[in-house]
Amino acid sequence: MTTAPLDKSVPLSKPLLSHTAVFWIGFCVVMAILIAAPLALPEFWRRFLTEILIWGLLAMSSDLLIGYTGMVSFGHSAFFGLGMYGAAGALLIHSPPNLWLALLFGLAGAAGAALFVAYFSTRLRDIYFAITTLIFSQIFYVIIFTWTPVTGGENGLIFTRPHLSIPFLYDARFTSTTMHWFVLAVVTASYLFLRRLTQSPFGMVLQSIRENEARTRAIGFAVKRYKIVSVLLSGLFAGLAGVLYAIQNQFAAPDFVYFITSGDTVIFNVMGGVGTLVGPIVGAGFFQLMRELLSRLFGDQFPYLIPLGAVFIVMIIFLPQGLLGFARRWLNR
Amino acid sequence: MDAISHFFHAIPFDLIVIQTVNGIVTGLILALVASGLTLIFGILDVVNFAHGELFMLGAYVGALVVASTGSFWLGLLASAIIVAIFGAALQIVTLRPLIGRDPLNTILVTFGISLILQNYALWQFGPIERKIPEPIEAHFQLFYLQYPWYRVLIAALSAAIIGGFWLYLKYGKFGVWIRATSQDRIMAQAMGIPVPWVFTGVFAMGSAMAAASGVLFGPLGGVSHTMGLDWVLKAFIVVVVGGMGNLGGSIAAAIFISLLEAYAAIWLDPSQAVIVSFVVLILTLLFRPTGLFVATPK
Repeated sequence: MTTAPLDKSVPLSKPLLSHTAVFWIGFCVVMAILIAAPLALPEFWRRFLTEILIWGLLAMSSDLLIGYTGMVSFGHSAFFGLGMYGAAGALLIHSPPNLWLALLFGLAGAAGAALFVAYFSTRLRDIYFAITTLIFSQIFYVIIFTWTPVTGGENGLIFTRPHLSIPFLYDARFTSTTMHWFVLAVVTASYLFLRRLTQSPFGMVLQSIRENEARTRAIGFAVKRYKIVSVLLSGLFAGLAGVLYAIQNQFAAPDFVYFITSGDTVIFNVMGGVGTLVGPIVGAGFFQLMRELLSRLFGDQFPYLIPLGAVFIVMIIFLPQGLLGFARRWLNR
Repeated sequence: MDAISHFFHAIPFDLIVIQTVNGIVTGLILALVASGLTLIFGILDVVNFAHGELFMLGAYVGALVVASTGSFWLGLLASAIIVAIFGAALQIVTLRPLIGRDPLNTILVTFGISLILQNYALWQFGPIERKIPEPIEAHFQLFYLQYPWYRVLIAALSAAIIGGFWLYLKYGKFGVWIRATSQDRIMAQAMGIPVPWVFTGVFAMGSAMAAASGVLFGPLGGVSHTMGLDWVLKAFIVVVVGGMGNLGGSIAAAIFISLLEAYAAIWLDPSQAVIVSFVVLILTLLFRPTGLFVATPK
């Protein structure tokens, strides 16, 4: 697990394009495809692509912990769910429903959950961390599931979608195309922010915690504080994904706070490749496409998780770097 | 004085006795599940996420055998043996290639296994709960309740399996190998102990313990494909509270937490009583992160 690009040796022949140029050209090509996609795709696949982006954002937030700080979280459903329920609360309380208020409430909810989880579970490392995050997410699930007067219990909450509004400038109903563009904008901004963050001195400290925690502490970094902040940031982006999912589907349900969502998040990460930020999005896309393909081939009742689980296990044993693992060094430069 | 006597009158003593018995019964089943989990963790360094699914699988195998032969004890035995063989196969195919890698890989692989098993059970057996009939139908009088002897029998059986296992670890040849491997893997190998097979054997034994507890629990709560996650979560809490890899601590923690949950269920809804064990976990993490039932590390 070596990623730190400290190799300063200059190649003998200068390549035609610098690494930065290649990266941004690739970035623009992918962005152009994603921007144009909803215009070409039929309604079903348009929504499908938007959902992949949302799941990708959730998985990307978890990659900050798994791939950079070196802590596997099995509790991201709590942050995702709190984001969802926060947004639902804002949309139900305030009328007319306001998009930005939903974002604010969702992020506040996720931040609260993340602070709670971060404070307690960063006391433990490795597998202990993984287990405690799982148990904490289950606490939130039990609370949401049983507190029926506020959360709607088993049935969840249903609300209307807010308008896509920029104060004083623009106000219109969401269509599936503008929804896609909005999600794409948020996901892209999150990616650029997280990429910048992981390359900053702060991100370097996180990666050094992953490589050798004792040494990082010995150098003089307050490891625990860095860990808490990374869990908090990761939770915030997971909450953002929850808000987007709530707005896209116009409901908040306890099923999404359940452990299955956390498990899926980990699967997306492992399939796509941890420590790449874009890998998890690719993993989410791969997973959802396989799932759709399997249920189209064999019918809705087909237990698609059996073959996908087998693929997952085989990938951990033979391809632990994931689909984008080969590009990991290059993407982090 | 009046307030104090009123307080003591408000405690329903009969309920407390009943819940104590209930708590010890579930606590001993939980101890059986958790000691398999602790054993696998302590010796293989594997957090077995699929442990709950082995529990569930054991319950299904038991239910099928009991339904076809009519004998509960045959079901218990067959389920333990079949799931042990299955567990050994799982360990050889999926966990052996991971020896020497980051332990986090094992939690991911066993998570994948649990997904497959859970969905297989749903697909194969359907969403309807099954029941294993109780082998003994006699009851005894406990205050106003007809308390089934079967529950007492489960508790005794769980305790007997754990005790027998402990004796085996202490005096059996394979048990000595297991302890040697857990103390120093490389030295054990140098002394001629077939360490990879010790791993497989331990995983098989842990699986058998999970399966046996699944069959024992079957008559109490019904057999469904989702029962695994509830139990594995509880077992994880127990293992963290008892101190990872510490067999005695896990057993004590299992009974402690089950008793607390049983008492909480007097005043709370059972689905909310789970929160009590979460609170115990949080307090443990705050004040004794190495475990509640282990000596303070120096």
